Amino acid sequence: MRALAVAATLSVLVGLVVVYFIFFLESGPAPISSSRESNGTAHLTLQTVASYGHHPFPDWVSYMAKDPAGKWEHTTIFKVPAHTLITVTVYQYDGASGLRNSFLSGVSGTTGDVEVINGKPQHGIDPNNAAHTFTIPDIDVNVPLPGVNPNAKNQCSVAPCTLAEAHNTITFSFRSPGAGTYRWQCFVPCGAGTLFGNGGPMQTIGYMSGLVEVS
Amino acid sequence: MSESASVLRGGASGPRHGVRILVIWAVATAIVLPLVIWVVGPHIPPGSMSQQTKDQHQVDVVLTALAVPIVLMIWVYFAYAITVFRQEGTAIVDGPPITGHGRIQATWLIATSALVIGLAIFGTADLLTTGGAGGGEGPNPAAKPADWRSALQVQVIGQQWLWTFRYPSYGGVETTTLELPVNREIEFHVTSLDVVHDFWAIELGVKADAVQGADNIAFDKPLRTGTFQVRCDELCGLWHGHMNTTGDVVDASTFTSWITNEERKNAALTKQLPPYARVYYPTPTRNAT
Repeated sequence: MRALAVAATLSVLVGLVVVYFIFFLESGPAPISSSRESNGTAHLTLQTVASYGHHPFPDWVSYMAKDPAGKWEHTTIFKVPAHTLITVTVYQYDGASGLRNSFLSGVSGTTGDVEVINGKPQHGIDPNNAAHTFTIPDIDVNVPLPGVNPNAKNQCSVAPCTLAEAHNTITFSFRSPGAGTYRWQCFVPCGAGTLFGNGGPMQTIGYMSGLVEVS
Repeated sequence: MSESASVLRGGASGPRHGVRILVIWAVATAIVLPLVIWVVGPHIPPGSMSQQTKDQHQVDVVLTALAVPIVLMIWVYFAYAITVFRQEGTAIVDGPPITGHGRIQATWLIATSALVIGLAIFGTADLLTTGGAGGGEGPNPAAKPADWRSALQVQVIGQQWLWTFRYPSYGGVETTTLELPVNREIEFHVTSLDVVHDFWAIELGVKADAVQGADNIAFDKPLRTGTFQVRCDELCGLWHGHMNTTGDVVDASTFTSWITNEERKNAALTKQLPPYARVYYPTPTRNAT
């Protein structure tokens, strides 16, 4: 009888641990799909904010994405179609903190190796003026995002930010690869207060890095 | 004479177990050793893409071959003991007491000491004669290959979570692609911009820690063209598992054409880079703090 009770207790404890790990492995931001355009291309709309402003890490820098219905979601997992031209618009609301490796101040992997910053096509930016990057290393896509003017009066402090607040608009396009899951990340060490600026939001999917799910 | 030694010798009239074990071991070794050297040996990593991998492969085969008689001695002894010395029936009876045997102990100590010291000499000689065997040797390598003065210098820069490569003899151009000419000594200078990484070019047999503020030099000489894998072998954070890429060994003319194109394509970007240096301390050291 005693052995039965011990076995039952152990089974319950093991079950709870298993459930916890499954929950841990499955938890994460929900993916968001790119919107399909009439010309066969797909479109992603993103924004970068200096501080998310909400639980559980309100002071963490973060990316956000707009769903096809036009609502901003806190996610960094994007679903895009394979072998398709993907156009990306990023509203960048954060100030510059500079790149650790200036090599990443050049644009690569986009159409014409160009990004359009506030209407002006450019092949790169001043590495010291980088606030973030949108980089998919496996397909050599790298787009540096310039910081907003630190003297601007209408700085955004809580996500999602609006177009009335100080920002830069960056657009670019790239051709998606074959089906698969590709990581993307920011290469500006923007995790304030962490080792080499690469902790916290830089090490957490849902903030400054994520996945591009191509199908 | 101790009782255990007496058992192995077969006592006054029993079988000579020690001789039997030695004979079985010698026969098994004579069969298995050639198989390990000539059948399994060619498939032991890391292959033969570079001079260093050839050397490493040779060492791996030697070490595996040396391990064969030792492993077989253990297996044969256990198998023999389980089979021959098995106690029949249900009665539990004490075996003969185990006592010391000076000659066996001395033989064991001398044999294992000779093996370890011999391997240390073999390994040290190999490191010195192969230019460091592809391992990182720090900023002042003790072992250099004969033709190191004409080596192509390639800087390997690790950062969370990307490898980039600079070619100082080509204007310090930086790329995300690692391309190397065949049959030419390569002098890798491995460093990091943040935490500790580890540059592992698997098929080239190169492995060197990437540490911020340290110039870790490793030599390698690719012997044939092809693609090799590059991985980070030091747990370095969220995307450590994705910090990999591939490199290519190409013929000299293809390399010249490629690096010339990289220089031209990245001319504007190269101007943005800090001057080529053995180590870098990006300012601020801790960004965004």
